[in-house]
Order: sequence, then structure tokens, then C-alpha cells
Amino acid sequence: MFPTPIEKTSRTWQLTYQAILPFAMIVWLLPLIAVAMFSIKSSADFASGNYWGMPSTFEGFVNYGKVFFESDMPRYMLNSVLITVPTMIGAVALSCMTGFALGIYKFKGNLLIFFMFIAGNFVPFQILMVPVRDLTVNMGLYDTKLGLVLFHIAFQTGFCTLFMRNFIRALPFELIEAARVEGIAEWRIFWFIVLPLMKPALAALAVLIFTFIWNDYFWAVVLTQGPDAQPVTAGITSFNSQFVAQYHLMSAGSIVAAIPPVAMFFLMQKHFIAGLTLGAVK
Amino acid sequence: MTVMADTPKPVKPRGWYKRNEIAITPFLFLLPAVIFFSVYVIIPIFQSFWISFHEWDGLGEKTWVGTANYERLLGGDRKFEVSFWNNLRWLFLYLLAIPLGLSIALLLNQKVRGIRLYKSMFFFPFVLSQVVVGLVFSWFYLPREGLLNAILQFFGMGTVNILGDPSLATYGIIAAGLWPQTAYCMILYLTGLNAVDPEQVEAARLDGAKGLRMLWHVILPQLKPATFIAFVVTIIGALRSFDFIAVMTNGGPFGSTRVLSFYMFEESLSEFGFRMGYGAAIAVVLFFLMLIFIAYFLWSMYRDEKGAR
Repeated sequence: MFPTPIEKTSRTWQLTYQAILPFAMIVWLLPLIAVAMFSIKSSADFASGNYWGMPSTFEGFVNYGKVFFESDMPRYMLNSVLITVPTMIGAVALSCMTGFALGIYKFKGNLLIFFMFIAGNFVPFQILMVPVRDLTVNMGLYDTKLGLVLFHIAFQTGFCTLFMRNFIRALPFELIEAARVEGIAEWRIFWFIVLPLMKPALAALAVLIFTFIWNDYFWAVVLTQGPDAQPVTAGITSFNSQFVAQYHLMSAGSIVAAIPPVAMFFLMQKHFIAGLTLGAVK
Repeated sequence: MTVMADTPKPVKPRGWYKRNEIAITPFLFLLPAVIFFSVYVIIPIFQSFWISFHEWDGLGEKTWVGTANYERLLGGDRKFEVSFWNNLRWLFLYLLAIPLGLSIALLLNQKVRGIRLYKSMFFFPFVLSQVVVGLVFSWFYLPREGLLNAILQFFGMGTVNILGDPSLATYGIIAAGLWPQTAYCMILYLTGLNAVDPEQVEAARLDGAKGLRMLWHVILPQLKPATFIAFVVTIIGALRSFDFIAVMTNGGPFGSTRVLSFYMFEESLSEFGFRMGYGAAIAVVLFFLMLIFIAYFLWSMYRDEKGAR
């Protein structure tokens, strides 16, 4: 193990290490702690210049109540859910199929198609922006959730295919050969043999896509406009112009907007990290 | 009695699909995704190239202008130059996320009580959206209300208005971007460190290697796959930086924080009328900048694929 395990070092270093850890964590999270502090303060504290002292009153309920009941925030949150969940399902479903096709079969052009997916996934969004916006407008899907969902599914399929294909590649190929000897149809091999083995990959991809899409801002601004379809990342800017310079409310708003992916991460930590670090170890 | 000849029973002829099943199935499985991906990703790339040779407001007819957009772009467009240099700043400084992430990973790669919680806490800024991170940092930097200046004052230093100062604003935004990116690199290295071969480490220890020499000669070579991924995602992230700029400064002050991705968006969907052709030309330049790296990544992956067979 590297660095040297702490149990094998001197007592002084052990104690120092134990003291460094919480200190480093607080420094690391300082900007966030500041925002959390803001979100429970009253507007009076800001007026009197009490930015960093103790809050004079605890206004957490009032501030968060305002976010939920006096703004469009709940609508934006709902939009985000209605955009994120279908994208998650669509992209994972499509990439199960592409991953299976590219991971199991040997055919001409296999690597080419695979690399097309990877390359497309790395491309800057801006080169797609004008044509995709045009396409969405022409389909009558501008400023709709469906328009965003369709694009997200298509784009995320690139990353998901990379992930799924490498995962399926690592499965024991003998299983498929044995099934073929038995004369099982290829689609049944996919459905009854490969798919059940892919459960960990499905879980990992689902949480990753959830976070990616929930956090998307660029496409939300390009393809949607108002509270009817905008997800929370784009909605938060209009929320902030509603409560301009009221830092306690803006802070509470951004904390609310950030909670779903954070909750997803803490609940599904193992899958999340397994997904992000795929390929980091050979 | 007739003797049944033991000729084989006529085999029911298998259908065309059955006979070619293994050859056809992959294409059937690929079809929906390839169509989707082509319509929304591959074809638009070429459409953007096409549009970049036109003048177009996004609604009416496109007017062919040849290379006029590019000539204007490369012939002394101040905004373009600022954006391009800022892109290079992003590229170099964003790479700091890799050594920073490695340092934190080395700090946290221990087995003490509660270490798992520490790892999660260090990682979770990555899960926040860039919009939220951008807002959090722009409040952190506020000259009057911000915590940063409160701390500076506590140590007896003057206040700085990072996002209001054209010479500092870009660095302030990059620092905000480094926060989640470092977290990502950290988690890659933690996973990598977990898989380091303990026997090699012990052997090196017996040979008297320790500290930085050990890190450089024994550990880092084993972390190569993690470093590769960290490099890929950091480069892509640096060139994609849009959200931070849009949220934190909206390109200002005096346009000093623009990058190509932001400038392109501004030109195409600006309040002064949509200039899609010029925007597309900027996007093409950004695309070629990215293509250098994409080609390198694909080439590395191709080598690995060949090695795997």
C-alpha cells in the first residue's frame, strides 16, 4: 500500500494526520459551507452587514418555504425529473443493444462504428448547436421536454456505448458460445443471458446519466425557454433574477436544485464510483 | 412390406434470417442507436461546416459567403483572440486538477476510522451541477458579502473583487472549475491506488525506495490508466467550459472571460440578431482544436484494442 499505512508510522504523525483530515475537509468544502450558512440567515442579517457572524435568527424554514411555495422552483424541478428519467431509460436501453452488438460480434466495421460513438461523444457541443436547434425547431419540438430528451438520448448513447461495450467485452465469452451450441436464438442470448449479467453496469450507467442530464445547462438554454419546459439548471437563473441580491433565498434555491443528484450519489455511491472509474484500473 | 430407405428426412429449410442470424443480429441491434446518433450528432457536425460558409439569421435563406466568416474571424477579431487565449489558459491550468487530485488521493488512501465519509465528502462537489458550483463560487468571491474577502481581511489583507477585475476574472472561474474536476481526478487515483501491486511496493521498500522517488518510479507507472482517463476528461472539460462562464460573469468584465464555446453561443443567439454562420465558423475552429486531442485519444485506444487481441 502506498503511502505507508498510518498504523505503521510514528504516534505523532498518526495524531497529526487525524487532525489534518477534518481541517482539510472543512477548507475543501468552505464555499459550500458558506452557501449553507447564507441559506438559513434572515434578510435582516444581510441588511445589517452580519454576513459571517452567527445568524441572529434561524430562518431556514422561511427561506426554503419561499423557494417551494413562492417561486417556479417546484415546476423546474418537475421538468428536470421529466427530462432526466426518460433520457436515462432511453440511453441505457439503446446502449445495451449497441454494447451487445459491438462487444459480442466480430464483423467488418465493428471498431469503426465503436470509434464513431466515442469520437461523437468528445465533440464540442457548439458544433452541434446550430443544426440541432434548427432540427428541433423544424420538428416543432423547440421549448418542449421531448425535444431535449430526444437529443440527450442520442448524445448520451455515445458515452453509454463505450461503457457497455467494454463491460460486455469482459464477460466470459464461453457462455455465449455454449448457448449458440444449444441453438438458442441470438436475441434470446441477449435477453436471457447477457442482460441479467449486465445489472451492475445498468445501475452504474443509470446513476451517471441521471447526474449528467440533471446537471446539463447548455442544451437547456439552447432548446428551451420558459418554465413550461426548462429544467432546474436553467430555471435557477430566472429564479435568481426574481430574488436579485437576496443571497439567503438564492442560496436556498441552489441548494434545493443540487439535492437530487447529491442524494442519488450518496444512495448509490458504489455504483456511481464504479461507473466513473471504469477503465482506471487495467 | 416396403423397406424405408434410410435417406435423411427432408430437413425443413431454414429461413434466410435463421441462416444468417449471427451476421445480421448485430446490425439490427445497432440500427436504432446509429440512426439516432447520426441524426443528432454526426450529421450536424457536417451541417455546421456547411453553415459556416454562409450568412444566416436562423430563419430566412442562407446566403453563401465563401470563406468570409473565417477571414473575419482570423483577420483580427479582438473577441476571437481573447477567447482563443482564454481557451489555452483553461487547457493548461485545468490540467492542475491531475496533480491536485493525486495529492488528495494520496492523503486519503489510508484505512482509518471514518475515511470512507471523508472520501465521499471530498468527492461530492463533482456531483453538483456546474451552474450551482459557479453560483457558489461567485458568492464566495463577492467583494462585500463573500467569505473569501472575509478571510483575507481576517489576515489583514485588502479585498479583491476577483470577478470584477478583467485581469483576474478568468483565473477565478478556472479555480471554480478546478474544484469539481480535482474531485474527479481524486476518485480516479483512489481507485488506481487501490489496485497498486503491494508486492512491488514492498520490494521497492526493501530496496530503500520511499517518498517521491517511490511515487515516481513505482507507483505512477502503475497508475497510468487512471492518468490517461484523468487527462482525457480534463482536456474535454477544459474545452467545454461554458456553464461556469455563463453563470459567473456572462463573458465580462469587458469581455475578458470569453472562451470560444461562449463566444460562439453569444454570436449565434445574441440579442442583436442571430448570426448562425459566424457562430458556426467559431464552432468549427473549436472543433479542430478538440480534434487534435480526440485523434490522440482514439489512437491510444486503438493501440490498446490491437494489443488486446
